[in-house]
Amino acid sequence: MKRITAILISVAVVLTLAACGKTDNKPDTNAPQAGTVYFLNFKPEVADIYKEIAAKYKQEKGVDVKVVTAASNTYETTLKSEIAKADAPTIFQINGPVGYRAWKNYCEDLSDTKLYSYLTDKDLAVKDDNGVYGIPYVVEGYGIIYNNAIMQKYFALRDKAVSISKATDIKDFETLKAVVEDMTKHKKELGIDGVFASTSMGSGEQWRWTNHLASVPVYYEMKEDSDDSTIVSTLDEEEIDFSNSKQFRNIFDLYLNNSVTAKGLLSGKTVDNAMAEFALGKAAMVQNGNWAWEQIANVGGNAVKAEDVKYLPIYTGVEGEEKQGLCIGTENYLAINKNASAEDKKASIEFLEWLFSSETGKDYVVNKLKFISPFNTFKDDEMPEDPLAKEILSWMKKDVNNLEWTFNSFPGQQFKDDFGNALLEYVQGSKDWSHVEKTFRTSWKNER
Amino acid sequence: MALKKYFPVFVLPTLAAFTIAFAVPFILGLFLSFTEFTTVIDAQWVGVSNYIRAFSNADFLNALWFTVRFTVVSVITVNVIAFALATLLTKGLKGTNIFRTTFFMPNLIGGIVLGYIWQLIINGVLRFFDVTITYDPKYGFWGLVILMNWQLIGYMMIIYIAGIQNIPTDLQDASKVDGANRWQTLRNVTIPLVMPSITICLFLTITNSFKLFDQNLALTAGAPSKQTAMLALDIYNTFYGRIGWEGVGQAKAVIFFVIVAVISFIQLALTRRREIEQ
Repeated sequence: MKRITAILISVAVVLTLAACGKTDNKPDTNAPQAGTVYFLNFKPEVADIYKEIAAKYKQEKGVDVKVVTAASNTYETTLKSEIAKADAPTIFQINGPVGYRAWKNYCEDLSDTKLYSYLTDKDLAVKDDNGVYGIPYVVEGYGIIYNNAIMQKYFALRDKAVSISKATDIKDFETLKAVVEDMTKHKKELGIDGVFASTSMGSGEQWRWTNHLASVPVYYEMKEDSDDSTIVSTLDEEEIDFSNSKQFRNIFDLYLNNSVTAKGLLSGKTVDNAMAEFALGKAAMVQNGNWAWEQIANVGGNAVKAEDVKYLPIYTGVEGEEKQGLCIGTENYLAINKNASAEDKKASIEFLEWLFSSETGKDYVVNKLKFISPFNTFKDDEMPEDPLAKEILSWMKKDVNNLEWTFNSFPGQQFKDDFGNALLEYVQGSKDWSHVEKTFRTSWKNER
Repeated sequence: MALKKYFPVFVLPTLAAFTIAFAVPFILGLFLSFTEFTTVIDAQWVGVSNYIRAFSNADFLNALWFTVRFTVVSVITVNVIAFALATLLTKGLKGTNIFRTTFFMPNLIGGIVLGYIWQLIINGVLRFFDVTITYDPKYGFWGLVILMNWQLIGYMMIIYIAGIQNIPTDLQDASKVDGANRWQTLRNVTIPLVMPSITICLFLTITNSFKLFDQNLALTAGAPSKQTAMLALDIYNTFYGRIGWEGVGQAKAVIFFVIVAVISFIQLALTRRREIEQ
């Protein structure tokens, strides 16, 4: 009897332990044939909205949608561990052709889906010889955001050193430099601490330079050789000259020398800091994309009016840049997990098609997620209303050369870190510019 | 008889936990270090090439050297200061309990929080020179040493206090009667008798310094240019930061384990030998 009790107790203990292992897995009993959706979300800023969408979808279609959001900068980490589980994400995100290389074995071919047919420009998708593996779901743009109220104040000054009289007259780097440097001289009268918000160099905060800014000179370098999409041609580039590094340095130095913050202190600055400085009116300009509007609008004591927020292209001193527009593209591509069950894959694709084509879904996309959508299911008036998104849309219609997001084809994170580290040492004055150039070239070669 | 009967009750839970949380991941990790993989379930065997790549990786060797220097400096400073404090706080001074509690408290704060707090403090001081902790790897090194001391001294101090309080007072009185001065008492009576505490404190500080991760990540994250990245951080960056390097990260982790295990075994053997029976 005692022995039986002992065995029973030990079994109970082991069972309890085993039960601890699987906490809140969904009960698969009620509808196994219908398929469920597990969406691993990349954008923490809209995590709650996706939860809402999931609840709405469950209510309309009766399909379970599980949404998990990876914390900022940890998407790859989260994806690596989540996808190895039995209950793996069915929808995940890749960041372009380089991301596709890493996740090739997990991406389902989407060429026969309606979702792909919705794409206005089919070239935007991530493809290889055999099929379509990543569908972009948002179009974004970046450039130099400026506060027009401060600019008007400057152009109204009597002793300004430039002849132009409004910010839209800035058409090249020379003019931009003249205006910015003169503004720095007048910063007391303008009530700003510096023209540019802090060049954030904290760890994990350097992507505005290592990705976005570096994309511009590399774009021009690739365009010299061929007219093809630079995203495609850069991907095959085993080595790079970085021949426009002088142009990169032009604009980067301009940011640094006319900044709110002294150079030596920039390593402690984050993107949030920079956006707050802009929102509080301490800086007149900041380089960032339209996703930053929420950040600007949500800063307490915000001194920037929505109608004053405008875009300038990132001029770097390249020949013929008068016609240059913003950098417009995306690094957000949806992929379907090839290894998920057929039912789950079907349910996942249906969910995405619902989100981007049904009235309810589109309403969420436009008004809550605030995505400029690349799908033809959206009419012209179904676009987000925030000032930066509106600016992007108007720049897309202008007769200018909007640049591609060439950085999508840069080597992986290690390259970006190496480059960012070199930039930091340049900013702090411990290394000179040639070190940055050398790091860019050698790290590109090593990490390709 | 009773022992035999209840043996499974007491052993099974622990054994299960040990297997699930330690043995299985360890063996899996060892296996993965010989493979190339994106996630842990799609591994392909590649032999020792990961180990070759790990050893020919400049970042890894640099991190190893940085870690060794850091460990040497912080093990010495932590133990000397902790022992000195313990001696002071066993003299029956006024307010001993308050001091003991206060010195112990930093140990209760998590590494990430400590890292950010010290980053603020150090950057606040360096602000007067218009630089930050990432300006020079030396700043990061000494920042880490200060942080480590601040966190570990209290803990080690408690262990030393326990050791010192265990010394029978008659031995100290006897040495006094024999005419030994304070230094001689410390050297010939106290230290040999607290040898067990020294063993455990050295073990804890060596392994903790070697395996330091959170504090390193929060304080410098390796800046500038990975020159202040320690081994654990380098392994983390290799594993998650580079496509196709997951196996190398795993190989580095195995090497790391071997190094820590060998060093701590040697240390334990050496200091154990000097322990004496009272």
